[in-house]
Amino acid sequence: MTTTSALGAPPRGVLGRIADRVGGGLVQAVLVVIGVFWLVPTLGLFVVSIRQETANNSSGWWTAFTKPAEFTLRNYADLLATGFTSSFWNTVAITVPTTVLVIGIAAMAAYAFAWMQFPGRDALFLVVVGLLVVPIQIALIPIAKLYGGLGIFGSIPGVVLFHVAFGLPFAIFLLRNFFAGIPGSLLEAARMDGAGEWKIFSTVVFPLAKPAVASLGIFQFLWVWNDLLVALVFANTENQPMTKALQSQMRQFGTNVDILAPGAFLSLIIPLILFFAFQRYFVQGMMAGSVK
Amino acid sequence: MTDRLDGPPDPRGDDGDAVAAGSSPGPRIPSAESAPDSATGTTPDSATGTTPDSTSDATPDSTSDATPDSTSDATPDSTSDATPDSTPDSTPASGTGAAAPPAVPSVATAGPAAPAAAGTPKAPRLGPSPVMAVLFLLPGVVLLGAMVIYPIVYSVFRSLYDAGGENFVGAENYATIFQDASTLTTIRNNLIWVVVAPLLVTTLGLIFAVLTERIRWATAFKLIVFMPMAVSLMASGVIFRLVYEQDPDRGVANAVLSSVRGVFGSGESYPDARPRENDQSPVTAAQGAVVTKGSAKPGQAVLLPLVGVKPADLASAATARPAPPGPGELAGTVWFDFTQGGGGQANQVDGTEKGLAGMTVEAVRGGPGGEVAATAVTEADGTFRLTGLSPGDYTLRLPRSNFEASFNGLSWLGPALITPAIIGAFVWVWAGFAMVLIAAGLSAIPRDALEAARIDGATEWQVFRRITVPLLSPVLLVVFVTMIINTLKVFDLVFVIAPGSVQPQANVIALEMWRVSFGGGGNQGLGSALAIFLLVLVLPFMILNIRRFRRDNQ
Repeated sequence: MTTTSALGAPPRGVLGRIADRVGGGLVQAVLVVIGVFWLVPTLGLFVVSIRQETANNSSGWWTAFTKPAEFTLRNYADLLATGFTSSFWNTVAITVPTTVLVIGIAAMAAYAFAWMQFPGRDALFLVVVGLLVVPIQIALIPIAKLYGGLGIFGSIPGVVLFHVAFGLPFAIFLLRNFFAGIPGSLLEAARMDGAGEWKIFSTVVFPLAKPAVASLGIFQFLWVWNDLLVALVFANTENQPMTKALQSQMRQFGTNVDILAPGAFLSLIIPLILFFAFQRYFVQGMMAGSVK
Repeated sequence: MTDRLDGPPDPRGDDGDAVAAGSSPGPRIPSAESAPDSATGTTPDSATGTTPDSTSDATPDSTSDATPDSTSDATPDSTSDATPDSTPDSTPASGTGAAAPPAVPSVATAGPAAPAAAGTPKAPRLGPSPVMAVLFLLPGVVLLGAMVIYPIVYSVFRSLYDAGGENFVGAENYATIFQDASTLTTIRNNLIWVVVAPLLVTTLGLIFAVLTERIRWATAFKLIVFMPMAVSLMASGVIFRLVYEQDPDRGVANAVLSSVRGVFGSGESYPDARPRENDQSPVTAAQGAVVTKGSAKPGQAVLLPLVGVKPADLASAATARPAPPGPGELAGTVWFDFTQGGGGQANQVDGTEKGLAGMTVEAVRGGPGGEVAATAVTEADGTFRLTGLSPGDYTLRLPRSNFEASFNGLSWLGPALITPAIIGAFVWVWAGFAMVLIAAGLSAIPRDALEAARIDGATEWQVFRRITVPLLSPVLLVVFVTMIINTLKVFDLVFVIAPGSVQPQANVIALEMWRVSFGGGGNQGLGSALAIFLLVLVLPFMILNIRRFRRDNQ
C-alpha cells in the first residue's frame, strides 16, 4: 500500500533536486533543527518528571544534564501516592471495552453496508459519512439527561457507551471501505457452500480485514485513551480516567508540576509505545479515514 | 426507530417507511426530480408541524434522517429493488443525472458505490435477505440513532428554551451568542484559529514532506514530527505549559528567545543606571535617555559617568579608562562612576571604576532633537569612538534602549499572546498528520509528468508550482479541511494551556459550550445553542465530505 511507504517514502521528487543543488547539507541542517523543535517539548516533560521539585523551581530542566544528582523517582512515588493508579485503571476500563465494542458493532454494520442489499443502504451510509464530523458537544447535554434518567451518569459504562456511539461513524466508514475491497468471489464461494451470513462475516470477511481492524483498533484506542471532554462530563471522580485526574491537578499549575509532569508522562507512555509498535497501521487508518 | 428497523422484511412497502412518515412512495419511483422535492417538503412539516415532544421522542431518527435519507433513498433503492440484478451502474446514473444537478447525481452514484469501490463490477449477488441486514445493522444504528442523531434533534429544541428548560424563549439564546461580549470573543478567537491554524499546518506539512523526500533519515524525522499525534491533548497541554513558562530560566520558549536575543540583540542593558543628580555631573536624564549638558567638538574626549548600577552586576566588568580622541572623532568613556570601598572623585575616571560595556552612544548634531550624526557602542572598558564627524557642536546621547529592562521573557500565557501560543501547540500536534498525508500524495505523483516538464526546460520552482502543487491539491484540500474541522472543535488545548485567569481571552466556542453548560454556567439553553452553532459551522464540511465520498465512488 502507498500508506506503508508514507513514512519511508522512496527518495524521489521535486524539491529534492533543488535540495541537492543548494546542498543537501543545508536541508539536513534545517530538518535537524525542526526535529529538535518537535522533540524538545516532550523531552522537557520527561526530564521535569524525573527531577527534584526544588531543582525544577529554580532552574530550567535543560541544566539538569550536568547535574545528575537532581534526578529522582520521587515525583512518581508521590504521584502514585495520590491515587493515580486507580485513574490509570479507569482509563483502561474505559478504553479497552470501547475499542472492542466499536470494532464489533462497526464491523457488523460495515459488512451489511458493503455486502448486503437492503432498502436505503446507500442513503444510510451517506448519513454515516455525514456523522463523521458531528462535534461531540452536540450530544453532551442530551446524553447527560438521558444518562440521568437511566442512572448511569458518572459511571464507566456511560462513558464507554458515549465513546462507542461517537466512534462508530469513523469505524463503519473505514471498515466498510475495506470490506468493499474484498473480492466478491470469496463471498460468493462461501455462499455457494451454504455458509450463512454470520459465518461468512466471522470466518471470511472479518479475518481478511485484519489490517483495517488493526488500524481502527489503534485509532480508537488512542482516541479514547486521550479523551478529556467526555470524561469531564460523564465520569465522576471515582471513575475518572487519567486525563480528568490530571486536569483536576491543573488548577494549581506551577505549584505542583512535580505531580503533573509524571502524570502526563505516564498517561502518554502507553500511547507512545503503541504508536511506535503499530505506526504502520496508525498511518493506514489515518489515510483511510482522513475525511474525519 | 425500531419500526424503521423492523421494516425492511418487505422491501418495497417498507422503503417509504424508512424515510419519513409523510412521504408516499409514489412520486419517488419514477422521477428523481420530484423525490427531493417531496422529501424537503415533508421534512419541515413533520418537524415543525408536530409538537416538540412527539418528534423528539417518538421519531427522532426519522425527522433528522429525513432529508439526506429521502433524497438518496428515493432512486437507488427503488431502482435496485425493481431491477435487482440489472446494470445498477448505468440505469440510475443516466436516468437521474440530468434531472437535478446539485442533489441528484450523487444519488445516482450512491447506488453503485459499493461495487465500484469493491472493484467487483456489479456482481450479481445471492442476496441475503434484508432481515439479515437489519440484524447486522441493528446495534450500530440503534446507538447512532439514540446517541448522535437524537441528541441533535433534542439540542435544536433545547436551544429554544431558557437556562432551566422551562420557558420557551425562541431564538434568544442565539441572540445572546452574537450579543454577549464573552461569546463574541470566543467567535473572534475561533475565527483566528480557522484562518491561521489550518494554513500553518498545511504549509508546514507540505514543506516537511517535500524536504524529507531525499533525506536518508526521513523515516526517523517523520516519526518524531508525527509522534505528538499519539499524545493526548491533555498531556500536550502540560507539555506546553512547561514550554511557555515565562521565566527564561525555566520555560524553553523564552530561553531560546533570550539566547537568540543575546546573539543578535544589542546585548547589555542597564535598567538601573542613571546620571548623578547634581550640577557637577556633565550628563543629565532626558526622556528616558541620558544626554550631555554641554556640547563637544570632534577631537575632544567626553566623559559620561553614570551611577545606580548594582556593583554585583559589574563584578566581571573591565576597568574603565579614558579614551584619547583621534583627529576628527569624538571619543569618551561611559562608566560606573563609583569607586568600590569609597574614595575616588566624582566625574573622574579613577583607576578602579568599571566601564559599562555594550552601551549605545549617539552623536547628535546641534543640540537635543537634532539628527544623529554617528553611533557607536562602548567597548568592555567603557570607551567609545564616534568617527566620520564633520566639524561642529555635538551633544552626546545614550538612547533609551540602553536603559530598558533586559529580557524577562514573553508572557506567552498572558492575554495578548495566549491564542498564538495555543495555536503553536496545535501546530506541534498536527503538523505530522499533514506531513504524512502529503508525503503519501507526493509519492503518488507520476514521475513522467515531472520529467516531461523538466525536459521542456521548466525550473524546479516552476515544476513545483505548476505541476506538483496542482497534482497534490486534492490531498492538500483534505488536510486543510480536516484542520478546519479540528480548529472549530478545538477544546482540550485551550482548556489546559490557558491559565484560568486568561481563559476568557483564549476562549473558543467548544470550550464556552462546556463552560456554559457544565463548567459552572448552568445554562443548558445557551449551551445547546452553542452546540448547534458549532454543528452549523461544521455543516459545510459535512456536505463536502458527503459529496466527495459520492464523487470518489463514482
